[in-house]
Amino acid sequence: MLTIENLHARVGDREILKGLSLHVPAGEVHAIMGPNGSGKSTLAQVLAGREDYEVTAGRVLYQGQDLLALPPEERARAGVFLAFQYPIEIPGVNNAYLLKTALNAQRQAHGLQPMDAFEFMKLIKTKMELVHAPKDFLSRNVNQGFSGGEKKRNEILQMLLLEPKLAVLDETDSGLDVDAMRIISHGVNSLRSADRSMLVVTHYERLLELIVPDRVHVLAGGRIVKSGDRELARELDQRGYDWLQTGAKA
Amino acid sequence: MATNSDRVADLVKRKYRHGFVTDIEQDTVPPGLSEDVIRMISNKKGEPEFLTEWRLKAYRHWLTMEEPTWAHVRYTPIDYQAISYYSSPKTTGTAPKSLEEVDPKLLETYDKLGIPLHERARLAGVAVDAVFDSVSVATTFKDKLAAAGVIFCSFSDAVKNHPELVQRYLGTVVPYRDNFFATLNSAVFTDGSFVYIPKGVRCPMELSTYFRINAAKTGQFERTLIIADEGSHVSYLEGCTAPMRDENQLHAAVVELVALDNAQIKYSTVQNWYPGDEQGRGGIYNFVTKRGDCRGANSKISWTQVETGSAITWKYPSCVLRGDNSVGEFYSVAVTNNYQQADTGTKMIHIGRNTRSTIISKGISAGHGQNSYRGLVKVLPTAHGARNYTQCDSLLLGDECGAHTFPYIESRNRSARVEHEATTSKISEDQLFYCRQRGLSEEDAVNLIVNGFCREVFKELPMEFAVEAQNLLNVSLEGAVG
Repeated sequence: MLTIENLHARVGDREILKGLSLHVPAGEVHAIMGPNGSGKSTLAQVLAGREDYEVTAGRVLYQGQDLLALPPEERARAGVFLAFQYPIEIPGVNNAYLLKTALNAQRQAHGLQPMDAFEFMKLIKTKMELVHAPKDFLSRNVNQGFSGGEKKRNEILQMLLLEPKLAVLDETDSGLDVDAMRIISHGVNSLRSADRSMLVVTHYERLLELIVPDRVHVLAGGRIVKSGDRELARELDQRGYDWLQTGAKA
Repeated sequence: MATNSDRVADLVKRKYRHGFVTDIEQDTVPPGLSEDVIRMISNKKGEPEFLTEWRLKAYRHWLTMEEPTWAHVRYTPIDYQAISYYSSPKTTGTAPKSLEEVDPKLLETYDKLGIPLHERARLAGVAVDAVFDSVSVATTFKDKLAAAGVIFCSFSDAVKNHPELVQRYLGTVVPYRDNFFATLNSAVFTDGSFVYIPKGVRCPMELSTYFRINAAKTGQFERTLIIADEGSHVSYLEGCTAPMRDENQLHAAVVELVALDNAQIKYSTVQNWYPGDEQGRGGIYNFVTKRGDCRGANSKISWTQVETGSAITWKYPSCVLRGDNSVGEFYSVAVTNNYQQADTGTKMIHIGRNTRSTIISKGISAGHGQNSYRGLVKVLPTAHGARNYTQCDSLLLGDECGAHTFPYIESRNRSARVEHEATTSKISEDQLFYCRQRGLSEEDAVNLIVNGFCREVFKELPMEFAVEAQNLLNVSLEGAVG
């Protein structure tokens, strides 16, 4: 599904990713863990196509095609979804309108007719139940006046609607209490399938108790310094990252 | 970002959709302005003495005036002797009695503009007065409106058939001495729309005037007068387009609204005059005076404008809140792209007790566009308990455009409350990226964000036109991503 080879990326003069390689087969959920400033969010943004980040070397293959050659909207339509760490507010734009526009942009790219308002409402309501979204979620402006937890739930709602092939969750657990985390994890787990991959970026092991990963990778100093199974996450929870970072520098 | 700006450059070559010229024989007077020209216009229209005299008084006063220079706009001086002040399609020297008499070429023109005048294809629930250059060529649904007692006709017809109403109200809101452009209009105005809603009548349909400039080297000087008698309601909409030409054309209109006790007037404008090309060549100079007089107690006048066209827009639809408890509203979206300039806003003059006004202004600048909000909130000593709320938001697309705000507040009553909020923002990269990550193209993302920015104003437009306004905005900003 996703193959990253020797990826280098920078913002301005500062190199953040320094030769990152990673392979995520179809149907697997991989967790990316690591200390602050290790490049986790940069990786998420680079995969989504944010132009502020300059890729200086390496390549990214998504379903066999060169992902970095595509503008952000084409990546999205091809099934790459980023759940933002800090979802953006769009004043005056109805949440339902953005959801429907996004869905229809994707349908159009796949040669499908746009979904009409009636069908859309039926579909979105089933998705809303999965993340316990209140009814007024649709009529409110995009993320405006949403609490931190509501914003994250809105991200997952969009993901459930768009049914991506590769979902990148950037610290979706940050700022969530235990109940909210459980609701969101339930939504995420409902999407797990043999033809879908996920990359779950997180600081903390606790999310991985709910969204159980197939593999865990530690990102430090812009590279993957250690990979393992879910036990690695537990070990990190107990020992921290320092022992690995020392290794990375050596 | 090089690829990005290349793409933008391609997209900037937008097309103005209404830029065609109707090939029709026209009766156009030679350029120039004098008392003789004014007498000739008045004579052509068979006007009563009082009106001819009023025009001449205005003209004599105009000769003593100087063109104002305070607006934040720049243009080469207008040669008022190079403009032709009257042009009408030859076949309809006077307004035709019925649609059958209207030149098919004119009907076709309005069809092309999406304003069908034919009985069969008419806009449902909207009566239209069609003004072509200097004259009104057709008014639809006259009979249905007459049954409700509503008078909706061309200004010329009103002068002929209802001279007492015209004489009683003309110039009572915008006096002929008001300002340079309004005074010029008073001297040379040729046609426009007239509306009278009798006591207690709720106008059964939307009224609309569609202004079209066609002839070259002419100016359009129309005058609209709307009177809402006690307890009546009316919603009125105007639209405007013009052919694409390399030279600038002058449009100097006057709109007067009178609302008596408990009456309400809602006046909406979708202005799409030719804005000029990407280099700033051509386009309409739109110097317009619009004012509403809330003459009666509990009356309400609401202006909504979507200004996407014109090379220069200079207009300040205003409310004189004379009646106690009267309400004035101004909702505006003004867009300037390429080299367009807009200096627009409103005046709210609080005279009566407990008068209230709301101003919501949304300015959008792209390309080299310059967009200014200019507004006056004036509270006179008599206006106990007056309240105003003003919100001015500016959105910048790109780094070569400008947004300016000139709010003036004069309060002479201590019980008055005046609030002003203003913001200026650039369209945010974060918002664009967020939308694109959800699969929207860059253009669609900009449109979505800009439409959201304008939502408070669009929701004030009559349903039928809100969608049109939104589409128009999208066309106006095509390629404006920077």
